[in-house]
Amino acid sequence: MSLASRTRSSSGTLPTSTGQRRRRPSPGRVAAWAVLIALIVVTLFPFAWILRTALSTNASLFTGEAGLLPPEPTLVNFRRVLGLATPEEIAAAGGSGVTFNFWLYLRNSLIVASLVTLGQVTFSAMAAYAFSRLHFPGRDALFYLFLSALMIPPVFILIPNFLFLNSLGLLDTFPAVVAPFFFMTPFTVFFLRQFFLGINTQVEEAAKLDGAGHVQLFTRIAVPIMAAPLSTAAILTFIQSWNEYMWPLVVGQDPSVRVLTVALSLFRAGSPQAAPDWTGLMTATFLAAVPIIVLFLVMGRRVVDGIQFSGVK
Amino acid sequence: MSVDTTTRTPATALPPPDLWHRVRHSDTSVAMLFLLPSLLGFVLFYLWPAIRGIWLSFTEFNLLRQTSSFIGLANYQELVGDPLFWHSMRVTLLYVVINISIQTVLALTIAVMMDRLTQSVVVRGIMVLPWLIPQVVVGLLWLWMLDPSLGIVNEFLRAIGIPAQPFLGSPDQVIPSLAGINIWRHTGYTALLLFAGLQTIPGDLYEAASVDGASEWKMFWRITMPLLRPVLALVLVITVVGSFQVFDVVHVATGGFGGTPGGPANASLVIYLYIFRQAFNFNNFGYAAAMATVLFLLLVGVAFIQMKLLRASQSDLA
Repeated sequence: MSLASRTRSSSGTLPTSTGQRRRRPSPGRVAAWAVLIALIVVTLFPFAWILRTALSTNASLFTGEAGLLPPEPTLVNFRRVLGLATPEEIAAAGGSGVTFNFWLYLRNSLIVASLVTLGQVTFSAMAAYAFSRLHFPGRDALFYLFLSALMIPPVFILIPNFLFLNSLGLLDTFPAVVAPFFFMTPFTVFFLRQFFLGINTQVEEAAKLDGAGHVQLFTRIAVPIMAAPLSTAAILTFIQSWNEYMWPLVVGQDPSVRVLTVALSLFRAGSPQAAPDWTGLMTATFLAAVPIIVLFLVMGRRVVDGIQFSGVK
Repeated sequence: MSVDTTTRTPATALPPPDLWHRVRHSDTSVAMLFLLPSLLGFVLFYLWPAIRGIWLSFTEFNLLRQTSSFIGLANYQELVGDPLFWHSMRVTLLYVVINISIQTVLALTIAVMMDRLTQSVVVRGIMVLPWLIPQVVVGLLWLWMLDPSLGIVNEFLRAIGIPAQPFLGSPDQVIPSLAGINIWRHTGYTALLLFAGLQTIPGDLYEAASVDGASEWKMFWRITMPLLRPVLALVLVITVVGSFQVFDVVHVATGGFGGTPGGPANASLVIYLYIFRQAFNFNNFGYAAAMATVLFLLLVGVAFIQMKLLRASQSDLA
């Protein structure tokens, strides 16, 4: 797991030369730090600004005040988006009258991302196990066929997939929203296969000698050993599924299955041009990113290591 | 790794293995079982639609009657003569060029800085955060920050004496603005991939060079760049191919409120958006499939040429 990022762990602090530079930082080093810190500020500023807007009143946006703290801090936008505000409050806050049923869309996003993660990781892990541990005719050919699907632009298969689910009468249902991602993605199969190839087979060989079948080997030995990479794959899959936009836009616009990304986009499209409800939109936008940010705060290292691993392999 | 059951099962195994036992221990049948769900998904949602996509491009599809009639190369002929198709290709290419050139240089700088200054996972985490949040969120966030009248970016510009810019609302500025948004979103991720590549370069090379009195600049060009080349090539292939496929941010951040994505005046009509529009707004599924097929071939070609030019599969680390 952390192999990729740790291969040169000691070299970041070279024993002599860097040590000396640490004590008396060179101007170049100071400048480099300044640039890095500036880049971090640029990266984080929009997050601060979106929160600032969410905590502002629509009226105060027009004052042109640019401080990082809102001039009149208020939670009314959060209450509006979460459906806790009274109609009077909504009118006073400059709501556009376009409703945003946050809890419903949140539920839909959670259902879709959870189903996709569960199915995709389970089935991809099974495939990865077969591709890395089992011998059968045509194994490598099939694996490369799977892999070649990485080259297919999503828009190319978007249209046939839409027509397929349409002909099944499944548009605006959860099965349609999750279907293309539920069974596998080439990336997840590839990602997990690389991990399977990297782990020692000694324990498995021992269990095999004790008469364990492949089903047992997989569930009792491989999966527990692979717990860390499997959870990394699960987090990455969950995030990707949460962020998916084009597919649910095409097959799941109905409110009953509408996910947050699609809901946000439709909310924008439906807002009046004359007086857009910026604070409401930014509050909803901020809330749509919160689950990902929380997941990232808790599992950050695993996500970062997982991305690095995917790059090196 | 695993030996075939027939050779492994000792002849002395007293109870003759029943059918279930043999099925459990035979690699091929187990593999079938393990591959069944993913194979189903692969065939239904990748392989079959890929074939059907090519077929669709030679047809005119009627959504109401669910019928397609073969019309040969008519869709492709229409495409060649469609000024909007060429326009969308030009727009996309402009986006790719701005996006990739700035993003790659920036990402390389960040990756080297992270490698030489700090191994902190927090710094790497912050850098990759914009890539992790939904692109729809990114698009709306910047739609607000780049708003011509109320956006904070114009406040900054005014503060340093530059007049307010229309950004996403101007035909000339919309593509550079979208590229800028994506640079904010994607640079940290690219930097992280390059950083992972940098980590595989043996540290004693830098140590030796540093003992010999080489400057950081010299080390970058003499050690880092040659050894990073295979990873850089792969990252370039991924980012260039991905960049041609920009959609989410354009779809939510252009056209303003209540407007048509791709605006103003089709100035941000990237190829994904045009394909999407032809398919789902105009129900021209056959024509959209033809454009998607051309894009597919183009991207395969772009990836192939890049791999050749950058000699991606060979490493200088011998």
